[in-house]
Amino acid sequence: MSANGSTEALRLEGIHKTFGKNEVLKGIDLTVTEHEVLCLIGASGSGKSTLLRCVNLLEPVDAGRVVIEGRDVGERGVDVNELRRRIGIVFQSFNLFPHMTVLRNITLGPTEGLRRSKREAEAKADELLARFGLADKRDDYPDRLSGGQQQRVAIVRALAMQPRLMLLDEVTSALDPELVAEVLNVIRELAESGMTMLIATHEMGFARDIADRVVFLDGGRILEEGPPDKIFSEPDNERTRAFLQRIIEAGRL
Amino acid sequence: MSSGNAYDLSELPAPGGGPDQGDRRSRLFGGKSALRKEGAKGVAIAVLSTVVVLGAIVWIVVHSKNWPAVKQAFFNGQEFKDTFPRIARAFVHNIEWCLIAEAFILAFALLLAILRNLPGPVFFPLRLMVIVYTDVFRGIPLILLVYLLGFGIPSLQLPGLPNSAAFWGIVALILCYSAYVAEVYRAGLDSVHPSQTAAARALGLSRWKTLRFVVVPQAVRNVLPPLLNDFIGLQKDTAIVGFVALTVDAMKQAQIDQSGDFNFTPLLCATLLFLLITIPLTRLVDVLISRQRARRLGGTAV
Repeated sequence: MSANGSTEALRLEGIHKTFGKNEVLKGIDLTVTEHEVLCLIGASGSGKSTLLRCVNLLEPVDAGRVVIEGRDVGERGVDVNELRRRIGIVFQSFNLFPHMTVLRNITLGPTEGLRRSKREAEAKADELLARFGLADKRDDYPDRLSGGQQQRVAIVRALAMQPRLMLLDEVTSALDPELVAEVLNVIRELAESGMTMLIATHEMGFARDIADRVVFLDGGRILEEGPPDKIFSEPDNERTRAFLQRIIEAGRL
Repeated sequence: MSSGNAYDLSELPAPGGGPDQGDRRSRLFGGKSALRKEGAKGVAIAVLSTVVVLGAIVWIVVHSKNWPAVKQAFFNGQEFKDTFPRIARAFVHNIEWCLIAEAFILAFALLLAILRNLPGPVFFPLRLMVIVYTDVFRGIPLILLVYLLGFGIPSLQLPGLPNSAAFWGIVALILCYSAYVAEVYRAGLDSVHPSQTAAARALGLSRWKTLRFVVVPQAVRNVLPPLLNDFIGLQKDTAIVGFVALTVDAMKQAQIDQSGDFNFTPLLCATLLFLLITIPLTRLVDVLISRQRARRLGGTAV
């Protein structure tokens, strides 16, 4: 429990990550409390995606600690697979399994990871598909769906694991503009239901609406963080201001 | 190896989806679509030129000085009628050997390919062993390997091991073909994008389950044509096992019948039997390749 009485879901301490000669993360400290929606903003290459991938250990960190619900994941004896089952991640390019139906995409994790019965997993999947308006797609293959539908299926696939924390990695960046809204609405609904989320996004308007806190990442460091009203209207940091200025000029805010 | 193109890895789908050997070939020999484009006049010309060329070849052959003797020796109707049933019965052994060997090859080669793709320095010795294995067994002529194992191991009289030359001949087939098929599988595994693995691992699936449910099914689907190609090669190469085995297969039966009266028609019988199996399979490979090409070019058919 932290000082203000809320439970800590995720804590990052001094995360460093280098790819070859390129130091992508240069010491990231960040805490996400339960039910909080935290948006990561920053230019391409600022390290947003890498940071998310470090949280669920798809990328091993070079230095620093990842603490999930009070447990240091770098400790000996931590079951990485068990840990990942509690963290849902949605990727920019959906990464659905093309050789499986929508239903099987969603039940694979629960049946093979959580060892749920097939019947239970399918019931849960049908419930989620109905909730997100995808009930008639359950037996289709991903290729047959639009990008927005595929991304919603990917979100459902992550939700079917009943995660405690969701990581969203620029989930609308690969979508045609007219399909962005349907995906953002799903995320908005998740936020309202109290899901803890760490969201890397280029959708500034969306971030301003949905985030409890916004973190500006630049060159592998956190330059500024705070409530969206503050960050988007009167940021302290010169670079934050410059970044937002570019976004406004591009007509994205 | 009896066939060069059976191991042509250039038919694998390139991960980037560029045009490959298979595409070019199916375009060249994809008779239906090629003819359709040329229209009725084109069809007439194609038929006419085929008839003229084939007719000329047949005319030259049957008017050669020795044709009557050759016809007697190779295309003897009575001899064909007498020997064909016997050789066909013996051919059942070739099919048997081929199916047994293929079952082991598919499993063993997949294991080799997976071992070779294990990441990290810990697995370096395993990877090295697989590399040495595939290098060595792809480098030995199959017929040598069949002779070495088929005659060599039974003569060692090892206790507890089968002494049948056919058994060790089939083992030689398995060892040799597994080296080739492992490379086909490896190309297939590499063709599955790493993001698929990331998605599966992110769901908390173990490395093994990720392979089993996500990577291998997609990999196998991507390399089905070259896998079938190797199956065709294997089917033909069962004739080599016939050289060492006591069991009489189609090849051996044909040789026996041929040496009885010095008529070569039985060899033609065996040839026909092999073609009966391999040609439909070859057509199937081409159909699969063109279907894959259609899928890569944006078709939504699954």
